[in-house]
Amino acid sequence: MSQARHSIFRTGFVHAALIAYTLISLFPVFLTFINSFKDRNAIFRAPLSVPTPQTFSLIGYQTVLGQGDFATYFQNSFIVTVVSIALVLLFGAMAAFALSEYRFRGNTLMGLYLAIGIMIPIRLGTVAILQGMVAANLVNTLTALILVYTAQGLPLAVFILSEFMRTVSDDLKNAGRIDGLSEYSIFFRLVLPLIRPAMATVAVFTMIPIWNDLWFPLILAPAEATKTVTLGSQIFIGQFVTNWNAVLAALSLAILPVLVLYVIFSRQLIRGITAGAVK
Amino acid sequence: MSNATSLQEGQPTVRRPKRWHILVFLLPALLVYSAVMILPLIETLRLSLFNTVDGQPTFVGLANFQVLFGDERWAHDFWNALKNNVIFFIIHMCVQNPIGVALAAMLSIPKLRFVTFYRTAIFLPTLLSFVIVGFIWKLILSPIWGVAPWMLDLVGLKSMFAPWLGKPGSALIAVSLISVWQYVGIPMMLIYAALLNIPDEVIEAAECDGVTGWSQFWKIKLPLILPAIGIISILTFVGNFNAFDLVYTVQGALAGPDGSTDILGTLLYRTFFGFQLQLGDRSMGATIATVMFLIILAGVSLYLFVIQRRMRRYQF
Repeated sequence: MSQARHSIFRTGFVHAALIAYTLISLFPVFLTFINSFKDRNAIFRAPLSVPTPQTFSLIGYQTVLGQGDFATYFQNSFIVTVVSIALVLLFGAMAAFALSEYRFRGNTLMGLYLAIGIMIPIRLGTVAILQGMVAANLVNTLTALILVYTAQGLPLAVFILSEFMRTVSDDLKNAGRIDGLSEYSIFFRLVLPLIRPAMATVAVFTMIPIWNDLWFPLILAPAEATKTVTLGSQIFIGQFVTNWNAVLAALSLAILPVLVLYVIFSRQLIRGITAGAVK
Repeated sequence: MSNATSLQEGQPTVRRPKRWHILVFLLPALLVYSAVMILPLIETLRLSLFNTVDGQPTFVGLANFQVLFGDERWAHDFWNALKNNVIFFIIHMCVQNPIGVALAAMLSIPKLRFVTFYRTAIFLPTLLSFVIVGFIWKLILSPIWGVAPWMLDLVGLKSMFAPWLGKPGSALIAVSLISVWQYVGIPMMLIYAALLNIPDEVIEAAECDGVTGWSQFWKIKLPLILPAIGIISILTFVGNFNAFDLVYTVQGALAGPDGSTDILGTLLYRTFFGFQLQLGDRSMGATIATVMFLIILAGVSLYLFVIQRRMRRYQF
């Protein structure tokens, strides 16, 4: 009896603590959203109340969509992220297949070489990357960003994908070989479809740092035509720092795509972290 | 050994044909990775040994490092940034990781309800960009808006409020805590995964021996998740000594007030890219990047060769 009551108390305490921390995590985002739909007076007079018909206003969104070139920024971020992920997945899976499938001289060494990038951040080479991009005439192009992000994503992709490729059955691949499939078709037609879940995990892991990065857009592609959403909103908010409606609206617009993607992919992402990361 | 190789070469029939497909599979990844990541890294390390003398790039040995550590202005900036960076890291280790472990311990209680909801909600800030997080907190902590004082008033602590981000004494702590708020989800998830991997038999055996509740966590679970704690520590270390975006967004490139939030990342940015009246200096930028590289390399090596080797791992 006392045991049961004790455990009810404990569960209640745990829920209280978790709810408290959940509120801490969500409150700032919630606050931004509700205030982005209010007029200027209401933002300051009652920051914590939800918009009512009297205080509802879209002036912030009108300012943002009228002033900033957010459509271009979104397009740039989208192109950079999608192309980088595609290249990371293709090149990463190919390299992972070579490392996990074949025994050849230097295999381990190659694996270690590719693993350096998991721990050493690519940012430290920025001085020479900028120099190289200037020499190759790639400054202020999306290509520069795509190249950097592909290189940045490859090490972890190769690491995770080769772990998964080791689990693909050898019998299947050998059966393919006996049927006369070339090594390329074995990779593209037998192995790739089997590791699709791992590819999805890698895609989500690769996407977040690319979409959110400020450093490389700031240094390699700060021109108006190549700004990404992250850099664009940083500069936009910096300019409109006194226009609270516009700032709150811009923040809400910047959160929205991440939020939508998170709601869709959170299961995938969390499963990826809890399954593969601690080994 | 040499006998074996000569024997192999003596029998051409044993030799397999050149397997070109291996090269084809490896080449694209190797090319991009080497050209955009490894070579620039090496080139940056090399550049730190050069400087422009009379308009010509000249080998100067360790002179750049002497300037960085010895010249009054440079040394002041550098040691200030390094000191702040160390404090930044210590705050993460002492606040972010214990909170992460505590949340994970609560989430892993068997048969707890709403776990998915809590997990999803607490992990959300990790996905937002520094720009969003930085500005949201800048608004919340702003004395103009008054959300922070109003909330403190609820718990009767209104007199505690100060414009924390604007005061040199508290700005670094405020920025670090914002970063902790954003990243607590990562240690939480990794520890949570490690806790779920503990087999039920171990826990049942502990319960049979009367080890439950707190003592079960300290004596049974914590030793078993030490490897995961090692991983989150090294991830925090690398992330912190490479941080830039949050300070840049919240406090600007000058990392004010009065350089009190300047960390190595912002110092590197100002040095090599230039800011306002200060011109970009490639050699000194490369020198700072090299120092950061050495710090991160030292941390990673310490982890890989000392901590990870000594840690006892349990196989189930």
